[in-house]
Amino acid sequence: MTVSGWIHILLFAALVAAVARPLGGYMTRLFNGERTLLSPLLGPVERGLYRLAGVDARTEQHWVTYAVAMLLFNAAGLLLLYALQRLQGVLPLNPTGMAAVPADLAFNTAASFVTNTNWQNYGGESTMSHLVQMAGLTVQNFVSAATGIALAVALVRGFTRSGARTVGNFWTDLTRGTLYLLLPLSLLYALFLVWQGVPQTLAGTVDATTLDGVKQTIALGPVASQEAIKMLGTNGGGFFNANSTHPFENPNALTNLVQMLSIFAIGAGLTNLFGRMAGDERQGWAILAAMGLLFVIGVAVVYWAEAQGNPAFAALGLDNAAGNMEGKETRFGIAMSALFAAVTTAASCGAVNAMHDSFMPLGGMVPMVNMMLGEIIVGGVGAGLYGMLLFAIVTMFVAGLMVGRTPEYLGKKLEAKEVKMTMLAVLCLPLMMLGGTAFAVVLDTGLASLANAGPHGFSEALYAYVSAAANNGSAFGGLSGNTLWYNLTLAAGMLVGRFLVIVPMLAVAGSLAAKTRSAASAGTFPTHGGLFIGLLAGVILIVGGLTFFPALALGPVAEHLAMRAGLLF
Amino acid sequence: MDTHSKTATRTPASTLLDPAILLPAVAGSVRKLDPRLMARNPVMFCVEVVAALTTLLFLRDLLTGAGGIGFSLQIVLWLWFTLLFANFAEAVAEGRGKAQAASLRRTRTETTAKRLAGAGWESVPATLLKPGDLVLVEAGDFIPSDGEVVEGVASVNEAAITGESAPVVRESGGDRSAVTGGTQVISDWIRVRITAAQGNTFLDRMIGLVEGAQRQKTPNEIALNILLAGMTVIFVIAVATIPSFAAYAGGSVGVLVLAALFVTLIPTTIGALLSAIGIAGMDRLVRFNVLAMSGRAVEAAGDVDTLLLDKTGTITLGNRQAAEFLPISGVADRDLADAAQLASLADETPEGRSITVLAKEKYGIRARDMAGLHARFVPFTAQTRLSGIDSDGVTIRKGAVDAVLAHVRTLGHGTAAQDNTVTALRSDPALEAAVREVQAIAERVAKSGGTPLAVARDGRLLGVIHLKDIVKGGIRERFAALRKMGIKTVMITGDNAMTAAAIAAEAGVDDFLAQATPEMKLQLIRDEQARGKLVAMCGDGTNDAPALAQADVGVAMNTGTVAAREAGNMVDLDSDPTKLIEIVEIGKQLLMTRGALTTFSIANDVAKYFAIIPAMFLAFYPQLGALNVMGLASPESAILSAIIFNALIIVALIPLALRGVAYRAVGAARLLRRNLLIYGLGGLIVPFVGIKLIDLIVNAIGLV
Repeated sequence: MTVSGWIHILLFAALVAAVARPLGGYMTRLFNGERTLLSPLLGPVERGLYRLAGVDARTEQHWVTYAVAMLLFNAAGLLLLYALQRLQGVLPLNPTGMAAVPADLAFNTAASFVTNTNWQNYGGESTMSHLVQMAGLTVQNFVSAATGIALAVALVRGFTRSGARTVGNFWTDLTRGTLYLLLPLSLLYALFLVWQGVPQTLAGTVDATTLDGVKQTIALGPVASQEAIKMLGTNGGGFFNANSTHPFENPNALTNLVQMLSIFAIGAGLTNLFGRMAGDERQGWAILAAMGLLFVIGVAVVYWAEAQGNPAFAALGLDNAAGNMEGKETRFGIAMSALFAAVTTAASCGAVNAMHDSFMPLGGMVPMVNMMLGEIIVGGVGAGLYGMLLFAIVTMFVAGLMVGRTPEYLGKKLEAKEVKMTMLAVLCLPLMMLGGTAFAVVLDTGLASLANAGPHGFSEALYAYVSAAANNGSAFGGLSGNTLWYNLTLAAGMLVGRFLVIVPMLAVAGSLAAKTRSAASAGTFPTHGGLFIGLLAGVILIVGGLTFFPALALGPVAEHLAMRAGLLF
Repeated sequence: MDTHSKTATRTPASTLLDPAILLPAVAGSVRKLDPRLMARNPVMFCVEVVAALTTLLFLRDLLTGAGGIGFSLQIVLWLWFTLLFANFAEAVAEGRGKAQAASLRRTRTETTAKRLAGAGWESVPATLLKPGDLVLVEAGDFIPSDGEVVEGVASVNEAAITGESAPVVRESGGDRSAVTGGTQVISDWIRVRITAAQGNTFLDRMIGLVEGAQRQKTPNEIALNILLAGMTVIFVIAVATIPSFAAYAGGSVGVLVLAALFVTLIPTTIGALLSAIGIAGMDRLVRFNVLAMSGRAVEAAGDVDTLLLDKTGTITLGNRQAAEFLPISGVADRDLADAAQLASLADETPEGRSITVLAKEKYGIRARDMAGLHARFVPFTAQTRLSGIDSDGVTIRKGAVDAVLAHVRTLGHGTAAQDNTVTALRSDPALEAAVREVQAIAERVAKSGGTPLAVARDGRLLGVIHLKDIVKGGIRERFAALRKMGIKTVMITGDNAMTAAAIAAEAGVDDFLAQATPEMKLQLIRDEQARGKLVAMCGDGTNDAPALAQADVGVAMNTGTVAAREAGNMVDLDSDPTKLIEIVEIGKQLLMTRGALTTFSIANDVAKYFAIIPAMFLAFYPQLGALNVMGLASPESAILSAIIFNALIIVALIPLALRGVAYRAVGAARLLRRNLLIYGLGGLIVPFVGIKLIDLIVNAIGLV
């Protein structure tokens, strides 16, 4: 570990904190339906869209209606994306003549992009036509992100409204999130990337002759536009198979920093929105601080593990000072690869700038743990905040009791219904993560895809199911996921991990909105101080972490201990 | 009248080691193994299912002669012990109430009633009485059922329900008309209209409550049960996937070991003690002589944000006392004292007596004999708001300032004023000056929280008596403690705003409601509730009933009317309004104990993992021995120690569950920090130490 590495990491943290407030303020105005900077420009467009769709922007929805609208919209998106892939051979904008995507892979990909996961069992440049990339994948990158943001705002409204029957209007939340937030930011961001050297073209490939005289085919395409939303919307699906390690996606140190920042930007801003809507910005900062605490612990472990390097090399008498550089880009180095890995898995992005499979066992464990906890460390846009708030409900339920009152959070009493729905949402993740892995590691069809034996192979399968259910989408590598078994089971993991969390979460929102908000007194435990932050982080680690202790012991921990004993996999 | 000072007449808690409770509890813990009873508690029900399954497996192994029988037997036994310990906790908690219920039940049986029929009465068993029946109860008789006194006055010994042997007066009309079945009339006689149907009397409900027979799960208990059930399901997933993971690694894990891991991970500690905590909370209230009609009310007490307290009897001593004589200029204070004493000689109210006493103490004026003075006493009425004497041409009046002023004005105008025919009043500059002076003094007295009484002799104003409310000792500190708990106190009084403000300031309450009517009280409660606050109050009169019903916690005084007792959700047998404060503390303690043990239970899991995981996987991943941070001797002893710890910790925590976590009136953050330190951090560390110790013992005596 180097001082400059840590300075980079701290600089990044400071930048995240710096963007949270302005973005939070903008989003608060946006989702409260107030005028924003862009209203003169986009207002007519927004109203035109509502007229076209027959949506009354002023009518609010009960949580059930909100959930049904959201599910219908996503089901339609799933079908459309599936159809586009299956029909890409006969559709335009297919300069390289890609054939139809096989059914199971198309289903996996459709589920993956609709759920904001962007798990890719395909190589983008070698499977998808420009039309699918732009009209299919990129569109889902926008709307799946906007869906997440809308849902988080609905839950926040649940906390901040008093005696209300409704939690907002899904259609307006979706439209506003896309139109006023994601599109303008992506536009600026894409221009920045083009400036930094990321291609943006509808051309096919370029043939080059290398210095050795070998002919090389270089894939091109509308990369910058997809790259922007891939980060902002914590989607993570790269244009190229190599994702952000590819110089056309992530050319230099500056783009690397901005990419990491853009992964966290909206998620961090939403915590501020939470505070503002609750009428006390400190509530938002406390949530962000709990996220930050868990994040820094994670980064420190990965950075430490990677900087140590592999003791096996040291045993051979090799200079190990550079740390573990296997699977890393030299233009990013250890610190920025470690930071990127922590950021991308803490949020549900899944873009990678280094190969997690090649990390040291404990280094690779951190991304896994980040996802197992439910990606609540800033998390996916929207998903991170609502996941975190569900954990806050569990925390306040137990802690609230310890101050001798019926548990409450932000003045809302937490009772049987909230606890029931929260536990349902919390249950989904371990079920899909551990359940999926349990089948995959005993069935031949699952085992056949593993590249490595022993605990490392186990980690590969575990990582895949964890990444899918957490809607992350990053891959450990080493696993050949494009098989019927993995396409279907991972798709199931992604759909359950997204929608079976969302529906109970909306039920919580609806139930909370209907309650009266009681005023805080000296007898209520303040949820903006250090004690709450530490307690929340502790509950997340113990409740979230304990579930996965056996699996982690058999994967990365066993591998790490074996490595120290000189046994590699 | 000052029976209020004996706060917190606690019946001593029977100790855990009381054999009268212990022995039936042991039998009870076996009886409670019935799965139909167990199903109420999801966590312990899971343990029972696992215990039954492992028992079957053990029997199979026994028959097939498989190895490791001794180890299996111990695991199976400890699983059953875990269940028995949990049941034991509940049985002990119930046992304490049962002992009390048994003595209550004795008073209920074998009563005969004198039912009024026609001119006389007939003797019928109390069990045959119906609501509406009229009965006669004479000295020495037990009151056969709950009812209302319709005629007569009697002193009644209510020791059976209150534990207080000093008799109380019950009379028809007013706020002291309710009588309770099972209590005994000591002197005189009363006619009582029966109000409660058999099986639903106060005593019946009390027996049901202390026995826990009618115990319904409270809302928070239900929510906590859901949380625990959810965590149990999570651990089902975590444990059920282990065999497959182990198979991948080329090993296998026995069912017994998985069962042990599962049972130690699920929150058995809190699961086992949850219902005991609830019963013990009710029991604590009962020992404070408060009967909660539902567990819900006890929980609500912990949440109370606003406490409405009647001024009289709660904040101040029941009666105001004369503190000073304040004459107007030109009148000697001895004159005023003399007139005031004369006016009060026949006044038997405590205020009147205090005036006589003060005059004697301060000026040495002896009380004179009314008869010797040929005096006629003019009693106080609600219309005149005056009292005094007329004797030998001397007219002395004392009373509310405006009433006395009106009196002197009319008297000053001559006797014609008394038949109210003259409306135009004489304007006498001397009188007007005296009026202004009295008004000024009165205002000063009122501002200081006192009640001014004006005194006039023969139509001439003499001055003002300062009646002072005596704020109870130590009440200020109690309100300060409540404020730290985040509870706002509101004083309810019939006094005017100025007087109320002064007393409020002296007592240290946060707010007051002056010149309160029952309607205003009800409105205040509704307003607070609309702001999301929970309100507690106590009351005794029939006109308090709507407010008692509206309040989230309504404590009715046992001396109160039937209507008040029906409307409240708690009854204070000692009729001590300050007890609201204890009730709130008991409610908080109940919730805190649940939270603390839940935290402890969850935190325990870390150590249990470190005990069992290395033991479980050691066979195929020897390197995981590094996770055996406790240095447990062998995989078998590690697993056994973890499950023994898991069972014994239940027993160790029974006293805490019954006693409750100590509540301190400090801010919520400090309270939480303290509890987190003890039960969170303690919950992390204790099992590491405990499991290690048990492992040492297990190996020393060669159990594995």
